[in-house]
Amino acid sequence: MPLEFERPLIELEEKIRALEATAREQNLDLSEEIGLLKAKLARLEREIFEGLTPWQRVQLARAPGRPTTLDVAERLFEEFFELRGDRAFADDPAIVGGLARFEGRRVVFVGHQKGRNTKENIARNFGMPHPEGYRKAMRLMDLADREGLPFLAFIDTPGAYPGISAEERGQAWVIARSIQRMSRLKVPAVAVILGEGGSGGALAIGVGNRVLIMENAWYSVISPESCAAILWRDAKEAEKAAAALKLTAKDLLELGVVDRVVPEPGGGAHRNPEGAVRALREALVEVLGELEGLDAEALWWDRYRKFRALGAFAET
Amino acid sequence: MAIERLFRRRRTRGEGREVPELWIRCENCGAQLYKKDLEQNLGVCPHCGYHHRIPVEDWVKILADEGSFEATTGKIRPVDPLGFVDTEPYPERLARYQQKTGRPDAIYGGRAKIGGVPSVLLVMDYAFAGGSMGSVVGEEIARGAELAAEEDRALVIVTASGGARMQEGALSLMQMAKTTMALEFVFQKRLPYVSILTDPTTGGVTASFATLADVIFAEPGALIGFAGPRVIKQTIRQDLPEGFQRSEFLLKHGMLDAVVDRRKLKPELVRVLSLLYPGEVDAA
Repeated sequence: MPLEFERPLIELEEKIRALEATAREQNLDLSEEIGLLKAKLARLEREIFEGLTPWQRVQLARAPGRPTTLDVAERLFEEFFELRGDRAFADDPAIVGGLARFEGRRVVFVGHQKGRNTKENIARNFGMPHPEGYRKAMRLMDLADREGLPFLAFIDTPGAYPGISAEERGQAWVIARSIQRMSRLKVPAVAVILGEGGSGGALAIGVGNRVLIMENAWYSVISPESCAAILWRDAKEAEKAAAALKLTAKDLLELGVVDRVVPEPGGGAHRNPEGAVRALREALVEVLGELEGLDAEALWWDRYRKFRALGAFAET
Repeated sequence: MAIERLFRRRRTRGEGREVPELWIRCENCGAQLYKKDLEQNLGVCPHCGYHHRIPVEDWVKILADEGSFEATTGKIRPVDPLGFVDTEPYPERLARYQQKTGRPDAIYGGRAKIGGVPSVLLVMDYAFAGGSMGSVVGEEIARGAELAAEEDRALVIVTASGGARMQEGALSLMQMAKTTMALEFVFQKRLPYVSILTDPTTGGVTASFATLADVIFAEPGALIGFAGPRVIKQTIRQDLPEGFQRSEFLLKHGMLDAVVDRRKLKPELVRVLSLLYPGEVDAA
Protein backbone atom coordinates (compact mmCIF):
# COMPACT_ATOMS: atom_id res chain seq x y z
CA MET A 1 0.00 0.00 0.00
CA PRO A 2 1.65 3.19 -1.16
CA LEU A 3 1.46 6.29 1.00
CA GLU A 4 -0.95 8.97 -0.15
CA PHE A 5 1.76 11.38 -1.31
CA GLU A 6 3.58 8.65 -3.22
CA ARG A 7 0.61 7.98 -5.54
CA PRO A 8 1.59 10.39 -8.35
CA LEU A 9 5.05 8.79 -8.45
CA ILE A 10 3.70 5.30 -8.60
CA GLU A 11 1.23 6.20 -11.32
CA LEU A 12 3.98 7.73 -13.38
CA GLU A 13 6.19 4.70 -12.86
CA GLU A 14 3.38 2.47 -14.06
CA LYS A 15 2.97 4.63 -17.14
CA ILE A 16 6.68 4.31 -17.91
CA ARG A 17 6.56 0.57 -17.44
CA ALA A 18 3.55 0.29 -19.75
CA LEU A 19 5.26 2.36 -22.38
CA GLU A 20 8.38 0.25 -22.15
CA ALA A 21 6.28 -2.88 -22.54
CA THR A 22 4.55 -1.44 -25.60
CA ALA A 23 7.86 -0.49 -27.13
CA ARG A 24 9.16 -3.99 -26.58
CA GLU A 25 6.07 -5.80 -27.82
CA GLN A 26 5.48 -3.68 -30.88
CA ASN A 27 9.15 -3.07 -31.58
CA LEU A 28 8.72 0.71 -31.50
CA ASP A 29 11.25 3.35 -30.56
CA LEU A 30 9.63 5.24 -27.69
CA SER A 31 12.90 6.14 -26.01
CA GLU A 32 12.27 9.84 -26.36
CA GLU A 33 8.86 9.68 -24.67
CA ILE A 34 10.20 7.36 -22.00
CA GLY A 35 13.16 9.60 -21.38
CA LEU A 36 10.89 12.59 -20.92
CA LEU A 37 8.69 10.71 -18.51
CA LYS A 38 11.69 9.53 -16.54
CA ALA A 39 12.96 13.07 -16.23
CA LYS A 40 9.48 14.11 -15.11
CA LEU A 41 9.48 11.32 -12.56
CA ALA A 42 12.82 12.42 -11.14
CA ARG A 43 11.60 16.01 -10.97
CA LEU A 44 8.31 15.06 -9.34
CA GLU A 45 10.09 12.84 -6.82
CA ARG A 46 12.44 15.65 -5.88
CA GLU A 47 9.56 18.08 -5.55
CA ILE A 48 7.50 15.77 -3.39
CA PHE A 49 10.36 14.76 -1.13
CA GLU A 50 11.72 18.25 -0.67
CA GLY A 51 8.31 19.46 0.46
CA LEU A 52 7.47 16.60 2.82
CA THR A 53 5.76 17.62 6.04
CA PRO A 54 7.00 16.18 9.34
CA TRP A 55 3.93 13.96 9.49
CA GLN A 56 4.66 12.58 6.01
CA ARG A 57 8.19 11.77 7.16
CA VAL A 58 6.75 9.93 10.15
CA GLN A 59 4.72 7.88 7.68
CA LEU A 60 7.85 7.17 5.64
CA ALA A 61 9.66 6.09 8.80
CA ARG A 62 6.91 3.50 9.28
CA ALA A 63 6.44 2.54 5.64
CA PRO A 64 6.20 -1.16 4.85
CA GLY A 65 9.36 -2.31 3.13
CA ARG A 66 11.59 0.09 5.03
CA PRO A 67 14.75 -1.80 5.99
CA THR A 68 14.58 -3.21 9.53
CA THR A 69 17.61 -3.98 11.67
CA LEU A 70 17.94 -7.49 10.24
CA ASP A 71 17.48 -6.19 6.67
CA VAL A 72 20.29 -3.75 7.33
CA ALA A 73 22.45 -6.42 8.98
CA GLU A 74 22.07 -8.70 5.94
CA ARG A 75 23.25 -5.99 3.57
CA LEU A 76 25.71 -4.10 5.75
CA PHE A 77 27.75 -6.93 7.23
CA GLU A 78 29.97 -9.41 5.44
CA GLU A 79 28.65 -11.94 7.95
CA PHE A 80 26.75 -11.95 11.20
CA PHE A 81 25.68 -14.39 13.87
CA GLU A 82 22.59 -13.61 15.92
CA LEU A 83 22.82 -14.05 19.67
CA ARG A 84 19.65 -14.57 21.65
CA GLY A 85 18.26 -14.38 25.13
CA ASP A 86 18.81 -12.22 28.20
CA ARG A 87 20.14 -15.11 30.33
CA ALA A 88 17.54 -14.26 32.95
CA PHE A 89 14.00 -14.62 31.69
CA ALA A 90 13.41 -14.84 27.96
CA ASP A 91 14.46 -13.95 24.45
CA ASP A 92 12.71 -10.82 23.30
CA PRO A 93 12.13 -10.92 19.54
CA ALA A 94 11.60 -7.12 19.51
CA ILE A 95 15.34 -6.64 20.01
CA VAL A 96 17.96 -8.52 18.02
CA GLY A 97 21.70 -8.45 18.09
CA GLY A 98 24.87 -10.40 17.72
CA LEU A 99 28.36 -10.63 16.31
CA ALA A 100 29.21 -9.29 12.90
CA ARG A 101 31.95 -8.37 10.50
CA PHE A 102 31.73 -4.86 9.06
CA GLU A 103 34.22 -3.74 6.42
CA GLY A 104 36.71 -6.27 7.73
CA ARG A 105 36.44 -5.36 11.40
CA ARG A 106 34.61 -7.36 14.06
CA VAL A 107 31.71 -5.56 15.75
CA VAL A 108 28.82 -6.25 18.12
CA PHE A 109 25.41 -4.96 17.07
CA VAL A 110 21.97 -4.62 18.55
CA GLY A 111 18.73 -3.19 17.25
CA HIS A 112 14.98 -3.01 17.59
CA GLN A 113 13.31 -5.44 15.23
CA LYS A 114 9.97 -4.83 13.59
CA GLY A 115 8.25 -7.44 11.46
CA ARG A 116 8.28 -7.32 7.67
CA ASN A 117 4.58 -8.23 7.55
CA THR A 118 1.64 -8.44 9.96
CA LYS A 119 2.35 -11.97 11.12
CA GLU A 120 5.98 -11.16 11.80
CA ASN A 121 5.02 -7.89 13.42
CA ILE A 122 2.81 -9.67 15.91
CA ALA A 123 5.66 -12.04 16.75
CA ARG A 124 8.05 -9.07 17.08
CA ASN A 125 5.50 -7.06 19.10
CA PHE A 126 5.79 -4.28 16.48
CA GLY A 127 9.33 -3.58 17.66
CA MET A 128 8.22 -2.70 21.19
CA PRO A 129 10.62 -4.40 23.61
CA HIS A 130 9.94 -5.86 27.04
CA PRO A 131 12.56 -5.57 29.80
CA GLU A 132 14.23 -8.78 28.64
CA GLY A 133 14.98 -7.09 25.31
CA TYR A 134 16.98 -4.38 27.02
CA ARG A 135 18.69 -6.98 29.20
CA LYS A 136 19.75 -8.74 26.02
CA ALA A 137 21.09 -5.41 24.71
CA MET A 138 23.05 -4.92 27.94
CA ARG A 139 24.44 -8.43 27.73
CA LEU A 140 25.73 -7.58 24.26
CA MET A 141 27.26 -4.35 25.58
CA ASP A 142 29.11 -6.45 28.16
CA LEU A 143 30.34 -8.66 25.37
CA ALA A 144 31.50 -5.72 23.24
CA ASP A 145 33.48 -4.39 26.20
CA ARG A 146 35.03 -7.73 27.04
CA GLU A 147 36.13 -8.37 23.49
CA GLY A 148 36.99 -4.74 22.79
CA LEU A 149 34.71 -4.58 19.76
CA PRO A 150 32.92 -1.47 18.45
CA PHE A 151 29.22 -1.39 19.30
CA LEU A 152 26.55 -0.52 16.74
CA ALA A 153 22.94 0.12 17.74
CA PHE A 154 20.04 0.39 15.30
CA ILE A 155 16.98 2.21 16.60
CA ASP A 156 13.54 1.49 15.20
CA THR A 157 10.77 1.37 17.78
CA PRO A 158 7.51 3.19 18.42
CA GLY A 159 8.53 2.88 22.08
CA ALA A 160 9.14 0.34 24.83
CA TYR A 161 6.07 -1.84 25.35
CA PRO A 162 3.52 -0.30 27.72
CA GLY A 163 1.93 -3.40 29.23
CA ILE A 164 1.33 -5.14 32.53
CA SER A 165 4.10 -7.72 32.19
CA ALA A 166 6.60 -5.06 31.14
CA GLU A 167 5.78 -2.93 34.18
CA GLU A 168 5.93 -5.91 36.53
CA ARG A 169 9.40 -6.70 35.31
CA GLY A 170 10.62 -3.14 35.70
CA GLN A 171 10.49 -1.55 32.26
CA ALA A 172 11.58 1.84 33.61
CA TRP A 173 14.34 0.33 35.74
CA VAL A 174 15.82 -1.62 32.87
CA ILE A 175 15.70 1.34 30.46
CA ALA A 176 17.56 3.47 33.01
CA ARG A 177 20.14 0.67 33.41
CA SER A 178 20.55 0.30 29.69
CA ILE A 179 21.16 4.05 29.24
CA GLN A 180 23.74 3.84 32.02
CA ARG A 181 25.34 0.68 30.67
CA MET A 182 25.68 2.07 27.18
CA SER A 183 27.12 5.33 28.47
CA ARG A 184 29.83 3.26 30.20
CA LEU A 185 30.98 1.36 27.11
CA LYS A 186 34.76 1.18 26.83
CA VAL A 187 34.53 0.79 23.07
CA PRO A 188 33.34 3.12 20.28
CA ALA A 189 29.54 3.24 20.21
CA VAL A 190 27.47 4.42 17.27
CA ALA A 191 23.68 4.63 17.28
CA VAL A 192 21.65 4.90 14.09
CA ILE A 193 17.99 5.83 14.04
CA LEU A 194 16.71 3.73 11.14
CA GLY A 195 13.00 4.46 11.33
CA GLU A 196 11.16 5.31 14.51
CA GLY A 197 12.94 6.68 17.58
CA GLY A 198 10.17 6.50 20.15
CA SER A 199 11.19 7.95 23.48
CA GLY A 200 13.00 6.13 26.29
CA GLY A 201 12.65 2.80 24.55
CA ALA A 202 14.79 4.22 21.76
CA LEU A 203 17.27 6.13 23.91
CA ALA A 204 17.98 2.95 25.93
CA ILE A 205 20.26 1.94 23.03
CA GLY A 206 20.93 5.47 21.81
CA VAL A 207 23.82 6.65 23.96
CA GLY A 208 26.41 6.60 21.23
CA ASN A 209 29.58 8.60 20.74
CA ARG A 210 27.94 9.44 17.46
CA VAL A 211 24.24 9.38 16.77
CA LEU A 212 23.21 9.12 13.13
CA ILE A 213 19.75 9.32 11.69
CA MET A 214 18.33 8.23 8.35
CA GLU A 215 16.91 11.15 6.40
CA ASN A 216 13.28 10.10 6.82
CA ALA A 217 13.45 8.72 10.35
CA TRP A 218 12.04 10.46 13.43
CA TYR A 219 13.19 10.64 17.06
CA SER A 220 11.43 12.31 19.95
CA VAL A 221 10.27 12.24 23.53
CA ILE A 222 6.86 10.87 22.55
CA SER A 223 5.07 9.64 19.43
CA PRO A 224 3.00 12.26 17.59
CA GLU A 225 -0.20 10.29 18.30
CA SER A 226 0.40 10.09 22.06
CA CYS A 227 1.47 13.72 22.19
CA ALA A 228 -1.70 14.74 20.37
CA ALA A 229 -3.83 12.61 22.68
CA ILE A 230 -2.40 14.38 25.72
CA LEU A 231 -1.97 17.97 24.56
CA TRP A 232 -4.80 18.24 22.02
CA ARG A 233 -6.90 15.55 23.70
CA ASP A 234 -7.29 13.97 20.27
CA ALA A 235 -4.90 11.47 18.67
CA LYS A 236 -6.15 12.64 15.26
CA GLU A 237 -4.18 15.84 15.73
CA ALA A 238 -0.99 13.81 15.28
CA GLU A 239 -0.10 15.84 12.21
CA LYS A 240 0.07 19.02 14.28
CA ALA A 241 1.98 17.25 17.04
CA ALA A 242 4.49 15.88 14.52
CA ALA A 243 5.24 19.42 13.38
CA ALA A 244 5.39 20.85 16.90
CA LEU A 245 7.76 18.17 18.24
CA LYS A 246 10.55 19.00 15.75
CA LEU A 247 11.22 15.33 15.28
CA THR A 248 12.65 15.22 11.77
CA ALA A 249 16.28 14.48 10.95
CA LYS A 250 16.93 18.07 9.90
CA ASP A 251 15.39 19.51 13.08
CA LEU A 252 17.35 17.09 15.26
CA LEU A 253 20.60 18.00 13.55
CA GLU A 254 19.92 21.67 14.33
CA LEU A 255 19.10 20.83 17.96
CA GLY A 256 22.34 18.88 18.26
CA VAL A 257 20.51 15.68 19.16
CA VAL A 258 22.00 13.87 16.18
CA ASP A 259 25.45 14.31 14.66
CA ARG A 260 24.76 13.36 11.10
CA VAL A 261 21.91 12.71 8.70
CA VAL A 262 22.31 9.75 6.36
CA PRO A 263 20.75 10.62 2.99
CA GLU A 264 18.14 8.23 1.66
CA PRO A 265 17.81 7.44 -2.04
CA GLY A 266 15.07 9.24 -3.98
CA GLY A 267 11.68 7.90 -3.01
CA GLY A 268 12.86 6.84 0.44
CA ALA A 269 14.62 3.84 1.96
CA HIS A 270 11.55 1.61 1.64
CA ARG A 271 11.69 1.87 -2.15
CA ASN A 272 15.43 1.36 -2.35
CA PRO A 273 16.85 -0.43 0.70
CA GLU A 274 20.10 -1.18 -1.14
CA GLY A 275 20.74 2.50 -1.74
CA ALA A 276 19.90 3.38 1.84
CA VAL A 277 22.31 0.81 3.25
CA ARG A 278 25.02 1.96 0.85
CA ALA A 279 24.78 5.50 2.24
CA LEU A 280 24.71 4.16 5.79
CA ARG A 281 27.84 2.10 5.15
CA GLU A 282 29.74 5.18 4.01
CA ALA A 283 28.68 7.15 7.08
CA LEU A 284 29.51 4.32 9.49
CA VAL A 285 32.96 3.79 8.01
CA GLU A 286 33.67 7.46 8.52
CA VAL A 287 32.44 7.81 12.09
CA LEU A 288 34.03 4.55 13.22
CA GLY A 289 37.26 5.83 11.73
CA GLU A 290 36.98 8.95 13.87
CA LEU A 291 36.47 6.93 17.04
CA GLU A 292 38.74 3.95 16.63
CA GLY A 293 41.88 5.60 17.94
CA LEU A 294 40.29 6.65 21.26
CA ASP A 295 40.79 4.75 24.51
CA ALA A 296 38.05 3.89 27.02
CA GLU A 297 38.43 7.06 29.02
CA ALA A 298 38.49 9.33 26.02
CA LEU A 299 35.39 7.60 24.69
CA TRP A 300 33.55 8.10 28.00
CA TRP A 301 34.40 11.79 28.08
CA ASP A 302 33.42 12.14 24.45
CA ARG A 303 29.98 10.70 25.25
CA TYR A 304 29.66 12.69 28.45
CA ARG A 305 30.46 16.01 26.80
CA LYS A 306 28.03 15.29 24.02
CA PHE A 307 25.03 14.51 26.23
CA ARG A 308 25.93 16.94 29.02
CA ALA A 309 25.68 19.81 26.55
CA LEU A 310 22.18 18.92 25.33
CA GLY A 311 19.35 21.14 26.50
CA ALA A 312 18.29 24.75 26.14
CA PHE A 313 17.90 27.20 29.03
CA ALA A 314 18.84 30.71 30.08
CA GLU A 315 20.83 31.89 33.08
CA THR A 316 18.78 34.28 35.22
CA MET B 1 -14.14 44.73 55.74
CA ALA B 2 -15.79 41.91 57.62
CA ILE B 3 -18.72 41.92 55.24
CA GLU B 4 -16.42 41.97 52.25
CA ARG B 5 -14.71 38.89 53.54
CA LEU B 6 -17.97 37.14 54.10
CA PHE B 7 -18.92 37.85 50.50
CA ARG B 8 -15.64 36.60 49.21
CA ARG B 9 -16.06 33.40 51.09
CA ARG B 10 -19.57 32.92 49.84
CA ARG B 11 -18.32 33.32 46.34
CA THR B 12 -15.60 30.73 46.69
CA ARG B 13 -18.17 28.39 48.15
CA GLY B 14 -20.46 29.13 45.26
CA GLU B 15 -17.74 27.96 42.85
CA GLY B 16 -17.83 24.65 44.60
CA ARG B 17 -14.53 25.03 46.40
CA GLU B 18 -13.97 24.47 50.05
CA VAL B 19 -13.21 27.31 52.41
CA PRO B 20 -9.49 27.46 51.85
CA GLU B 21 -8.19 28.87 55.08
CA LEU B 22 -9.07 26.32 57.71
CA TRP B 23 -10.48 23.07 56.47
CA ILE B 24 -9.45 20.61 53.83
CA ARG B 25 -10.99 17.39 52.62
CA CYS B 26 -8.86 14.25 52.49
CA GLU B 27 -8.45 13.37 48.80
CA ASN B 28 -8.79 9.71 49.60
CA CYS B 29 -11.32 9.15 52.41
CA GLY B 30 -13.08 12.51 52.24
CA ALA B 31 -12.68 13.24 55.93
CA GLN B 32 -12.84 16.92 56.85
CA LEU B 33 -9.44 17.80 58.25
CA TYR B 34 -8.30 20.88 60.06
CA LYS B 35 -5.64 22.17 57.70
CA LYS B 36 -3.16 22.87 60.45
CA ASP B 37 -3.53 19.31 61.74
CA LEU B 38 -2.86 17.94 58.27
CA GLU B 39 0.19 20.16 57.94
CA GLN B 40 1.50 19.06 61.29
CA ASN B 41 0.95 15.49 60.16
CA LEU B 42 3.17 16.23 57.10
CA GLY B 43 0.22 15.99 54.74
CA VAL B 44 -0.69 12.46 55.82
CA CYS B 45 -4.40 11.97 56.57
CA PRO B 46 -4.72 10.96 60.24
CA HIS B 47 -7.78 8.86 59.38
CA CYS B 48 -6.72 6.81 56.37
CA GLY B 49 -2.97 7.44 56.06
CA TYR B 50 -3.29 8.90 52.56
CA HIS B 51 -0.18 10.85 51.59
CA HIS B 52 -1.19 14.19 50.08
CA ARG B 53 1.19 16.06 47.84
CA ILE B 54 3.01 18.75 49.80
CA PRO B 55 4.89 21.84 48.68
CA VAL B 56 8.56 21.41 47.85
CA GLU B 57 9.58 23.71 50.72
CA ASP B 58 7.83 21.33 53.11
CA TRP B 59 9.98 18.48 51.80
CA VAL B 60 13.07 20.48 52.63
CA LYS B 61 11.67 21.15 56.11
CA ILE B 62 10.96 17.46 56.62
CA LEU B 63 14.32 16.13 55.43
CA ALA B 64 16.97 18.83 56.00
CA ASP B 65 18.39 19.43 59.47
CA GLU B 66 17.08 22.69 60.84
CA GLY B 67 18.90 25.72 59.50
CA SER B 68 21.17 23.63 57.26
CA PHE B 69 19.51 24.25 53.89
CA GLU B 70 20.95 26.58 51.33
CA ALA B 71 19.20 26.70 47.94
CA THR B 72 21.35 26.28 44.84
CA THR B 73 18.61 25.83 42.21
CA GLY B 74 16.70 28.61 40.49
CA LYS B 75 19.58 30.27 38.67
CA ILE B 76 18.45 28.99 35.30
CA ARG B 77 15.12 29.31 33.57
CA PRO B 78 13.43 27.49 30.70
CA VAL B 79 13.32 28.77 27.14
CA ASP B 80 11.27 27.63 24.15
CA PRO B 81 13.75 25.83 21.89
CA LEU B 82 11.11 24.38 19.55
CA GLY B 83 8.71 27.32 19.38
CA PHE B 84 6.14 24.86 20.68
CA VAL B 85 2.45 25.66 20.42
CA ASP B 86 -0.31 23.23 21.27
CA THR B 87 -3.56 24.61 22.66
CA GLU B 88 -1.42 27.44 23.98
CA PRO B 89 2.18 28.59 23.38
CA TYR B 90 4.74 26.96 25.67
CA PRO B 91 6.06 30.31 27.02
CA GLU B 92 2.56 31.19 28.21
CA ARG B 93 2.19 27.84 29.90
CA LEU B 94 5.56 28.36 31.58
CA ALA B 95 4.62 31.85 32.75
CA ARG B 96 1.46 30.48 34.34
CA TYR B 97 3.38 27.81 36.27
CA GLN B 98 6.10 30.26 37.25
CA GLN B 99 3.50 32.61 38.66
CA LYS B 100 1.76 29.78 40.49
CA THR B 101 4.89 28.32 42.08
CA GLY B 102 7.20 31.34 42.26
CA ARG B 103 10.01 29.30 40.71
CA PRO B 104 11.45 29.10 37.19
CA ASP B 105 10.83 25.37 36.75
CA ALA B 106 9.77 22.10 38.35
CA ILE B 107 12.65 21.61 40.78
CA TYR B 108 13.92 23.05 44.03
CA GLY B 109 16.93 22.14 46.12
CA GLY B 110 20.40 22.84 47.39
CA ARG B 111 22.99 22.03 50.02
CA ALA B 112 21.67 20.53 53.25
CA LYS B 113 22.63 18.35 56.14
CA ILE B 114 20.49 15.30 56.69
CA GLY B 115 21.07 13.75 60.11
CA GLY B 116 24.43 15.49 59.97
CA VAL B 117 25.35 13.99 56.60
CA PRO B 118 26.42 16.71 54.15
CA SER B 119 24.04 16.33 51.24
CA VAL B 120 22.61 17.83 48.11
CA LEU B 121 18.83 17.62 48.41
CA LEU B 122 16.71 18.05 45.26
CA VAL B 123 12.91 18.01 45.20
CA MET B 124 10.78 17.81 42.08
CA ASP B 125 7.67 19.97 41.98
CA TYR B 126 4.57 18.27 40.64
CA ALA B 127 2.69 21.57 40.85
CA PHE B 128 4.87 22.89 38.02
CA ALA B 129 3.75 21.28 34.74
CA GLY B 130 3.27 17.92 36.42
CA GLY B 131 6.89 17.85 37.50
CA SER B 132 7.88 17.26 33.90
CA MET B 133 11.57 17.09 33.03
CA GLY B 134 12.75 19.52 30.38
CA SER B 135 16.18 21.06 29.94
CA VAL B 136 16.10 22.99 33.22
CA VAL B 137 15.11 20.06 35.42
CA GLY B 138 17.72 17.90 33.69
CA GLU B 139 20.39 20.55 34.11
CA GLU B 140 19.57 21.09 37.80
CA ILE B 141 19.76 17.35 38.47
CA ALA B 142 23.08 17.14 36.63
CA ARG B 143 24.46 20.17 38.47
CA GLY B 144 23.20 18.77 41.77
CA ALA B 145 24.99 15.49 41.15
CA GLU B 146 28.18 17.30 40.14
CA LEU B 147 27.97 19.54 43.23
CA ALA B 148 27.55 16.51 45.47
CA ALA B 149 30.62 14.90 43.93
CA GLU B 150 32.66 18.06 44.11
CA GLU B 151 31.89 18.76 47.78
CA ASP B 152 31.74 15.12 48.95
CA ARG B 153 28.05 15.21 49.70
CA ALA B 154 25.39 12.54 49.55
CA LEU B 155 22.77 13.02 46.86
CA VAL B 156 19.10 12.79 47.83
CA ILE B 157 16.36 13.32 45.24
CA VAL B 158 12.63 13.42 45.96
CA THR B 159 10.82 12.69 42.69
CA ALA B 160 7.32 13.58 41.50
CA SER B 161 6.92 13.70 37.76
CA GLY B 162 4.74 12.67 34.87
CA GLY B 163 7.94 12.16 32.84
CA ALA B 164 9.88 14.04 30.22
CA ARG B 165 8.38 17.35 29.05
CA MET B 166 6.77 17.13 25.62
CA GLN B 167 7.17 20.83 24.81
CA GLU B 168 10.95 20.51 24.56
CA GLY B 169 10.78 17.43 22.34
CA ALA B 170 13.94 15.38 21.90
CA LEU B 171 15.87 17.77 24.16
CA SER B 172 13.73 16.55 27.07
CA LEU B 173 14.49 12.97 26.09
CA MET B 174 18.20 13.76 26.14
CA GLN B 175 17.93 14.85 29.79
CA MET B 176 17.51 11.18 30.63
CA ALA B 177 21.00 10.47 29.31
CA LYS B 178 22.45 13.66 30.75
CA THR B 179 21.21 13.06 34.30
CA THR B 180 22.22 9.40 34.17
CA MET B 181 25.74 10.29 33.11
CA ALA B 182 26.12 13.05 35.70
CA LEU B 183 25.42 10.49 38.47
CA GLU B 184 28.67 8.81 37.45
CA PHE B 185 30.67 11.38 39.41
CA VAL B 186 28.72 10.60 42.59
CA PHE B 187 29.28 6.88 42.14
CA GLN B 188 32.96 7.28 41.32
CA LYS B 189 33.54 9.09 44.59
CA ARG B 190 31.62 6.39 46.46
CA LEU B 191 29.09 8.87 47.69
CA PRO B 192 25.58 7.65 48.44
CA TYR B 193 22.65 8.42 46.20
CA VAL B 194 19.17 7.85 47.59
CA SER B 195 15.93 8.52 45.75
CA ILE B 196 12.52 8.95 47.31
CA LEU B 197 9.76 8.27 44.82
CA THR B 198 6.48 10.04 45.52
CA ASP B 199 3.14 10.03 43.77
CA PRO B 200 3.38 10.00 40.80
CA THR B 201 6.77 9.15 39.33
CA THR B 202 6.47 7.90 35.77
CA GLY B 203 7.98 8.04 32.29
CA GLY B 204 11.40 9.47 31.61
CA VAL B 205 12.16 10.25 35.23
CA THR B 206 11.52 6.68 36.37
CA ALA B 207 13.42 5.46 33.31
CA SER B 208 16.53 7.44 34.18
CA PHE B 209 18.07 8.91 37.35
CA ALA B 210 15.20 8.10 39.75
CA THR B 211 15.69 4.34 39.63
CA LEU B 212 19.50 4.37 39.48
CA ALA B 213 19.85 5.22 43.17
CA ASP B 214 21.81 3.02 45.58
CA VAL B 215 18.71 2.89 47.74
CA ILE B 216 15.18 3.58 46.53
CA PHE B 217 12.45 4.61 48.97
CA ALA B 218 8.85 5.15 47.95
CA GLU B 219 5.85 6.64 49.68
CA PRO B 220 2.84 4.43 50.43
CA GLY B 221 0.37 4.20 47.57
CA ALA B 222 2.53 6.18 45.13
CA LEU B 223 1.98 5.49 41.44
CA ILE B 224 5.36 4.55 39.96
CA GLY B 225 6.06 3.15 36.53
CA PHE B 226 7.19 3.61 32.96
CA ALA B 227 3.91 4.04 31.12
CA GLY B 228 0.91 5.68 32.75
CA PRO B 229 -2.08 3.47 33.58
CA ARG B 230 -4.23 5.15 30.91
CA VAL B 231 -1.76 4.33 28.16
CA ILE B 232 -1.45 0.73 29.33
CA LYS B 233 -5.21 0.34 29.47
CA GLN B 234 -5.50 1.66 25.91
CA THR B 235 -2.80 -0.70 24.70
CA ILE B 236 -4.03 -3.91 26.27
CA ARG B 237 -7.73 -3.06 26.33
CA GLN B 238 -8.45 -4.62 29.68
CA ASP B 239 -8.74 -3.43 33.26
CA LEU B 240 -5.61 -3.18 35.32
CA PRO B 241 -5.21 -5.31 38.44
CA GLU B 242 -5.86 -3.78 41.85
CA GLY B 243 -2.82 -1.96 43.21
CA PHE B 244 -0.97 -2.18 39.88
CA GLN B 245 2.05 0.18 39.69
CA ARG B 246 1.62 1.25 43.31
CA SER B 247 4.58 1.25 45.70
CA GLU B 248 3.51 -1.91 47.50
CA PHE B 249 3.18 -3.77 44.18
CA LEU B 250 6.63 -2.61 43.12
CA LEU B 251 8.17 -3.56 46.45
CA LYS B 252 6.80 -7.06 45.96
CA HIS B 253 8.26 -7.17 42.45
CA GLY B 254 11.70 -6.22 43.70
CA MET B 255 11.86 -2.69 42.34
CA LEU B 256 12.13 -0.77 45.63
CA ASP B 257 13.99 -1.11 48.91
CA ALA B 258 11.31 0.20 51.25
CA VAL B 259 7.90 1.81 51.32
CA VAL B 260 8.04 4.31 54.14
CA ASP B 261 5.40 6.47 55.79
CA ARG B 262 6.35 10.11 55.37
CA ARG B 263 6.23 10.63 59.13
CA LYS B 264 8.96 8.00 59.59
CA LEU B 265 10.98 8.80 56.50
CA LYS B 266 13.65 11.10 57.90
CA PRO B 267 15.03 8.66 60.50
CA GLU B 268 15.05 5.87 57.90
CA LEU B 269 16.85 8.08 55.40
CA VAL B 270 19.39 9.12 58.02
CA ARG B 271 20.09 5.48 58.87
CA VAL B 272 20.77 4.65 55.24
CA LEU B 273 22.88 7.75 54.62
CA SER B 274 24.98 7.21 57.72
CA LEU B 275 25.58 3.58 56.74
CA LEU B 276 26.63 4.57 53.24
CA TYR B 277 28.36 7.91 53.72
CA PRO B 278 32.13 7.45 53.77
CA GLY B 279 33.08 10.78 55.34
CA GLU B 280 32.69 12.31 58.74
CA VAL B 281 29.17 12.93 60.00
CA ASP B 282 28.39 15.86 62.28
CA ALA B 283 26.38 14.82 65.33
CA ALA B 284 22.91 16.14 64.62
